[in-house]
Amino acid sequence: MNKTAVSTKDYTHVKKAPFITITKRDATSLKRNILVRVIAIIAALVVSSVITLLITGENPIRLFSTVIDGAFGQFRIWGTAQSVAMLLGIALALTPAFKMKFWNTGGEGQVLIGALASALVMMTASSLPHWLACILVVLAGICAGAIWGIIPAVFKAYWKTNETLFTLMMNYVAIQLIKFFLKVADKSGSSTVGPSLLQYGRLPVIFEQQYMLNIIVVAVLTAMMYIYLRTSKHGYEIAVVGESENTAKYIGINVKKVIIRTMALSGALCGLIGVLLVGATSYSIDPNLAAGNGFTAIMVSWLAKFNPIIMIFTTLLIVVLSRGAENVSMTLGLNKSFSDILTGIILFFIIGCEFFINYKIHFNIAKKESKEVEFNGNN
Amino acid sequence: MAIIEQIVELIVRAIMQGTPLLFGSTGEILTEKSGNLNLGIPGIMYIGAISGVIGGFFYQNSTSKVITVLAIIIPLLSSLAGSLLASLIYGFLTITLRANQNVTGLALTTFGVGLGNFFGGSLIKITNSDTPFLALSKISAAYRTTLPFANNLGIFGQLFFSYGFMVYLAVVIALAVSFILKRTRIGLQLRAVGESPATADAAGINVNKYKYFATCIGGMIAGLGGLYYILDYSKGIWANDAFGDRGWLAIAIVIFAIWRPNISILGSYLFGGLYILFNYVSVSMNLLPLMQMLPYVVTIIVLVIVSMRKKRENQPPASLGTNYFREER
Amino acid sequence: MSESINKNYALQLRNITKSFGTKVIANKNVDLDVRYGEVLAILGENGSGKTTLMNMIAGIYHPDSGEIYVNGEKASINSPKDAFRYKIGMVHQHFKLVDLFTATENIILGINDGKKYNIAKATDEVKKISQKYGFVLDPNKKIYEMSVSEKQTVEIIKVLYRGADILILDEPTAVLTPQETEKLFDVIRNMRKDGKSILIITHKLHEVLAISDRVSVLRKGEHIATVNTSETTENELTEMMVGKRISLNIGRSEPKNATDRLVVSGINLTNPDGVKVLKDISFTAKAGEILGIAGIAGSGQRELLEAIAGLRTLDSGSVTYINPSDSQITELRSKTPLQIRELGVRLSFVPEDRLGMGLVGNMDIIDNMMLRSYKKGKSVFVDRQPPKQLAEEIIESLEVVTPSAQTPVRRLSGGNVQKVLVGREIASAPSVLMVAYPVRGLDINSSYTIYNLLNKQKENGVAVIYVGEDLDVLLELCDRILVLCAGTVSGILDGRTAEKEEVGLMMTKVNGVKANE
Repeated sequence: MNKTAVSTKDYTHVKKAPFITITKRDATSLKRNILVRVIAIIAALVVSSVITLLITGENPIRLFSTVIDGAFGQFRIWGTAQSVAMLLGIALALTPAFKMKFWNTGGEGQVLIGALASALVMMTASSLPHWLACILVVLAGICAGAIWGIIPAVFKAYWKTNETLFTLMMNYVAIQLIKFFLKVADKSGSSTVGPSLLQYGRLPVIFEQQYMLNIIVVAVLTAMMYIYLRTSKHGYEIAVVGESENTAKYIGINVKKVIIRTMALSGALCGLIGVLLVGATSYSIDPNLAAGNGFTAIMVSWLAKFNPIIMIFTTLLIVVLSRGAENVSMTLGLNKSFSDILTGIILFFIIGCEFFINYKIHFNIAKKESKEVEFNGNN
Repeated sequence: MAIIEQIVELIVRAIMQGTPLLFGSTGEILTEKSGNLNLGIPGIMYIGAISGVIGGFFYQNSTSKVITVLAIIIPLLSSLAGSLLASLIYGFLTITLRANQNVTGLALTTFGVGLGNFFGGSLIKITNSDTPFLALSKISAAYRTTLPFANNLGIFGQLFFSYGFMVYLAVVIALAVSFILKRTRIGLQLRAVGESPATADAAGINVNKYKYFATCIGGMIAGLGGLYYILDYSKGIWANDAFGDRGWLAIAIVIFAIWRPNISILGSYLFGGLYILFNYVSVSMNLLPLMQMLPYVVTIIVLVIVSMRKKRENQPPASLGTNYFREER
Repeated sequence: MSESINKNYALQLRNITKSFGTKVIANKNVDLDVRYGEVLAILGENGSGKTTLMNMIAGIYHPDSGEIYVNGEKASINSPKDAFRYKIGMVHQHFKLVDLFTATENIILGINDGKKYNIAKATDEVKKISQKYGFVLDPNKKIYEMSVSEKQTVEIIKVLYRGADILILDEPTAVLTPQETEKLFDVIRNMRKDGKSILIITHKLHEVLAISDRVSVLRKGEHIATVNTSETTENELTEMMVGKRISLNIGRSEPKNATDRLVVSGINLTNPDGVKVLKDISFTAKAGEILGIAGIAGSGQRELLEAIAGLRTLDSGSVTYINPSDSQITELRSKTPLQIRELGVRLSFVPEDRLGMGLVGNMDIIDNMMLRSYKKGKSVFVDRQPPKQLAEEIIESLEVVTPSAQTPVRRLSGGNVQKVLVGREIASAPSVLMVAYPVRGLDINSSYTIYNLLNKQKENGVAVIYVGEDLDVLLELCDRILVLCAGTVSGILDGRTAEKEEVGLMMTKVNGVKANE
């Protein structure tokens, strides 16, 4: 009947209906969406606490309260807010690229290169007025991040160079550049370049709260990214290119331009986070400045289905769990990597549960038997 | 003579540095040939290392007389088991549950690095052992045993026979994988799965089975890289994060070697050499990071050139990074 | 009519019925007998159920009812592997090959005969098969370096290598040049000499006459007749294939003020595979009339429309647009769709691939409405109000069945998807409207909705270009019918006077001259 259907459908028709068949779901109800995820998170928490129990022999209830304390305790709440802000910021930055189905695994490097550019300004801008230095710090970071994003985008747009691998490699180029900077800038051989060297153009501290600027910037960024993706013409183009390049061409979207523009934005926003980390937070730079958030952000954005508002919650989930686990390992005198294990386990569960949202599983017990009967009857 | 000795020493150390990379890149090539881009390899290498260390730790602590064969086999098997389990997590999530490969891989790396550092840092405390720090010197000695006549052969012996058995194992595995991919029916079918799963499926090949086997065996090979690093290169002493970004470097070598394990032997030693070159050339220490950057820059250049030249044989496997789902009618 | 089941036949089908879903019956009670060492042509229009029938023999589909007999024995075929066990192999229209592999590697892919893997030996065997039947093929050549005809050769040898005695070829000549077709026919004759039975699907009459021993004609899923090739004529076959003209009662008004709107002259196009798909095509689309384009699938219809719409780069020729208000002339060649729109040319295009090109399946109806209009205005934001209104208007006026305007279009049924797409394209008040297979897969009611829409556009003075496959519809709907054959115009007929057979014959012959001469 339909030739294209024949070509794309299975050629190896299975002899009998298999025991399990899996089909794609057309639509999922919101209820199911939430329910499956909640079950996954609960299952993940159960597994995590069993593992913690096995290793530490600690009472699970006390464990749980340690987690809560670790995330929201008096001395830790601001740290949590800061972690949320930074992770969310990077996730937001990566999101437009992901919506375009451009797998930007280079968030870490884009943050770091932005930080590096800012640090350079902060070290050298001695003769400039403070406000000008501040502007330069921000601009330098944003531009550096944008360049780090544009390079792989150009090659993707014109030569279809694999962007996942390209952006991944760019991370390590950035890391080594920072190491180089450390050697050159700080003759003492220290592993960070600290506040004593990064004097100029520090961004203002507002409300006398060190992390407040970061939090406000990321809050604004969240709202703006939501608006950008949902209501701007660019956002619409990104969605069309991501969904179907063919359709994009059909309506005359310049696909190459959109890819490069979007990656410039993605990189620039990562760079901005780098600016905040150096210019508003620590006034120091080291290769571990982004703390792997460039990678964690990929998961955060993906788990939120690229929705900036939901991203707030996925970020919270990850940060609370990892800071909580950090507290657990601290109070129990365990190594702090323990939190990475728990984060990993929880991610596995959330990643895996997508399947039960997107696919339907049929068990063909009755069908199978009836079909066999039919064959026997004919023979 | 001094220069020749230095060059020999550089080569020897490059090979030792390159060996974990060789295990990692060979494992990743095998995995990627099935269409699975496993970014969890850096994590799996940590898991392979710590699993082997745990096995060795219990063996070393359980006996006063360490038997060489057991000292080798026990960590080896526990390393393989650990890597296998880690690969199964990745395989189950991406192949059976069709989860996004990038996200799953990165989560596995977080998990694996955490697992390695956690047990590496806490094993003694957890087991209430009376050893002061995690050092498997006796086990390591078994791994570092060289051929007895190596020292009698001068430069030649130094270049070719001065290593523990895992250095040779890495080469053998790389050549074997190369052979299997190129010259066997299994290799042909695996490549078909990575290039065009729909075509392979139409030809009656069990796509998922191939993906599982490639991912698991690839992961186990990569895990050996972690094991080698601790038990041979680091003389059995675990230090957190010491393994560093070698896992990512291994993934870079996959590209550098344009998905050919035999080229990856060369690539691994070359990149290994760049890691330690600063010891031998008289440049300022400041330039060290730039040298360590070189492998990544070279990799990017290779990636770009390959995509520009469009030579079909050198492209990544066509289905890399995507999951296969046969739509039932 | 049909013989009893016996060993004198390589393959016999009895009462084969197959339906897809509840609506579409692809095959109904089909009987077929295939002798040893004969070439049996399976003839029929698009959608007559030829391919589905063959797919059932090859194990890709399973018939709902009916039996298949091989060498007089009842066969149970549930997979291509089963089919091979009965020595049946099929060469599909869309090749399943790994581009990176050599011919031999593709041929042996998936065979696990327990013997040692030996590519050199396999290469020898491939060479032997090539020599035996007269194929020209380098077994060590990679697929990506091959021409379409070489790829087809690989597919045929793949089937022979697996020991098939019954070969099914699905429109093998559709992708071949006349010279390549001749070579293929030589090979087929050699296979017949070797005692193999060959079933060849085609709708090119001259080829049927050139190669086959007998012809089975299918129409609308049913077996009409099987005749000896030597005892039939093209006209007889055409009549059996297209059937009597059926009256559909689609309204057709007389064109008013039919002025020239779009002048296509001498366009040539080569596709990315290096095949010339459009050859020196010229025609004029007039305002206030429907110009039908008829032709066998793959004769260049798709490429023609995409070329006009600015999606393909022409080798030569021109596409000229004449503005209705001031008669100003605009050249559209080598302009992108966006540039065409910016020039004020109101060109609308309903492509064949609705969800892959015309619409975005995962977006809702409102966002799909916006595809054409999102750029309007200077604001950086999109205004969703007008598309929302438009969506609601279309849902209301075209009776689109959907939970809401916020429903992703991929969840709508085929007919409703098409209404959304056509509705959007018409909404931009086009002066040229191109539609490709707009009623494919639609039920009767939806089809008539579309016909009425097109007629209304015509009455509003739009130049409508309609690519269709159902000749009855083309004959009742269109004012003029351009017939395409293998990328060339074989003639332009008046829709009111043209005969169905006439169109059918022109679809298979260029200017009355056989395509392979």
